[in-house]
Amino acid sequence: MTQESSAIKSAKPIESIDNMLAPRNPMYYAWRRFIANRAAIASGSVLSLIILMAILAPLITPTSYEEQKFLTENLAFPSASHWFGVDDLGRDFYTRIVYGARISLSIGFVAAAFSVVIGLPLGAVAGYYGGTADWLIMRIIEIFSVVPPLLAALLLAALAGGGFGNIVLIAALFGWVQVCLLVRGQVMAFRNREFIRASQALGASPLFVIFRHLIPNSISPVIVGFVQAIPLAMMLEAGLSFLGVGIAPPTPSWGQMINIGINFMFFYWHLALFPTMALAVTVLTTTLFGDGLRDALDPTLKG
Amino acid sequence: MQLVDIKDLRVSFRHHDGVVSAVRGVTLGLSKGESLGIVGESGSGKSVTFLALMRLLQAPAATIEADKLELDGSDLLNADAKALSDIRGSLVSMVFQDPMTSFDPLFTIGYQISETIQTHGNTGKKAALAQARELLAKVEIKHPDRVLKQYPHQLSGGMLQRAMIAMALSCEPRLLIADEPTTALDVTVQAQILQLITDLQQETGMSLIIITHDLGVIAETVDRVVVMYGGKVMEIGDTREIFEDPLNPYTKALIESIPGREAGKRKLIEIPGSSPNALSPPSGCPFHPRCKLADDKCASDAPNLSTFGKNRSAACWKVVQ
Repeated sequence: MTQESSAIKSAKPIESIDNMLAPRNPMYYAWRRFIANRAAIASGSVLSLIILMAILAPLITPTSYEEQKFLTENLAFPSASHWFGVDDLGRDFYTRIVYGARISLSIGFVAAAFSVVIGLPLGAVAGYYGGTADWLIMRIIEIFSVVPPLLAALLLAALAGGGFGNIVLIAALFGWVQVCLLVRGQVMAFRNREFIRASQALGASPLFVIFRHLIPNSISPVIVGFVQAIPLAMMLEAGLSFLGVGIAPPTPSWGQMINIGINFMFFYWHLALFPTMALAVTVLTTTLFGDGLRDALDPTLKG
Repeated sequence: MQLVDIKDLRVSFRHHDGVVSAVRGVTLGLSKGESLGIVGESGSGKSVTFLALMRLLQAPAATIEADKLELDGSDLLNADAKALSDIRGSLVSMVFQDPMTSFDPLFTIGYQISETIQTHGNTGKKAALAQARELLAKVEIKHPDRVLKQYPHQLSGGMLQRAMIAMALSCEPRLLIADEPTTALDVTVQAQILQLITDLQQETGMSLIIITHDLGVIAETVDRVVVMYGGKVMEIGDTREIFEDPLNPYTKALIESIPGREAGKRKLIEIPGSSPNALSPPSGCPFHPRCKLADDKCASDAPNLSTFGKNRSAACWKVVQ
């Protein structure tokens, strides 16, 4: 009894309900949804590991990717000294796989960034203005969706030549469509919200409304579109490099390595297996991570 | 010169079932410093009229036609986007029904009010923020400094509506249009907000238009009342006269359907039927299918708004001089 009353006496009076009512940031709920998704967490960890390996490549590999240091051991199978074996030109294959991640990831991220740069303004304009602008942009998107991306990319790469810059531009050319559609949908949903009308009623110009209200409110679909554009760009790069119009040797690219690997596949399986696995794991983890992010940021968005 | 001058305004919307005529020939004016109440049921075209005046209706879907659509002498019907942006906010601004959705959820109240001030004047960020603080104090918000830093979801509906009014007044408009400003609020807060709006109107000398479906809201707030039905003006008059001696049968029916003080003592009189389908409005007087006095003439010919005495007009065949 006495203990209880002393506990009551010593309890601090509630001076403000502000802290108790501290509203939780929407990001908090997104984070909660994200960490509940095991596939997303697992793929996120694997992806971070791959990114870390790509960044730290010179520190974790024994030689440089183009050094033909092991010519006497060429086509050697995986061993303790060469984890993934040695390729046909006497280069440590593990080194080349790790450096290949640099190409794949950087093309994925840069192309996705360009996709956002193209898709975000077009989506915002289509969603906000509707009418003719929307019609025109939707027809352009339809043209892009009826052309098989790999064939068109192959043609463009053959015409413009491969190389990092061109591959990025080609991947962005096909990646912006998804970003544009996501942003357009979000902007259309928000365009008739009361706060947009209130802002217009107080003299906000269309550009002000788009840049200060609609685009900041479209940030989750933009993030989702960005992450979903990454694996697409990586696949496209691998495809083009496989077909010989992408990244030129000696720069290591997984697609290019698979192409060389299939020549030796029946006897020296490791040359095809490791780049294929690297590509598959990276694309799979980015896709799963992107899906998890989409579900976390926008639970209403499915598909 | 009149501040608002609308002559024969017609607004229609393209719909997949046909054309919806939301406003069918509205004529009204408002002088400086005057307050006007617009009353009508849902779908009577009361909000659309003023959204059209502010040119806030999306162009391809909505068609606006009028003989005259002027605000303080400047034509709004053919104004371009630039001119409209300049007029909105500085000459006329609007307060909306639901304060919870009238602010962008991503930014603080202070940010949004100071942004509005900055788009219209050449004030710096700091000065604009100080001005925003002053405005919040003016709308009787107790802790303006705290509210400046808060996000919309952290405030109550009443507080947000006050903040919305502060934002609407930030550029000292000459006309404030309040579209159902109290509908989404608590009954106890409703009276406070209305009082605040009338006080501010008297203080600044601006003109005021309150759009509502609630006669009680405007009874003590505005000088004149416009009754709308089916996209048309049914009656215009001084508030007192409208309440004491309604001319149009629709106005009469509206007043009879207010519960009032003697609620429980008498049976509430409702208006039979429902408001007309805007896709296929009734011929003649829009109210005739529900009107007790209607005859063949009401069904075939639409009555025009005719004046009865000073400041008074009504559209009804049954009202005699």
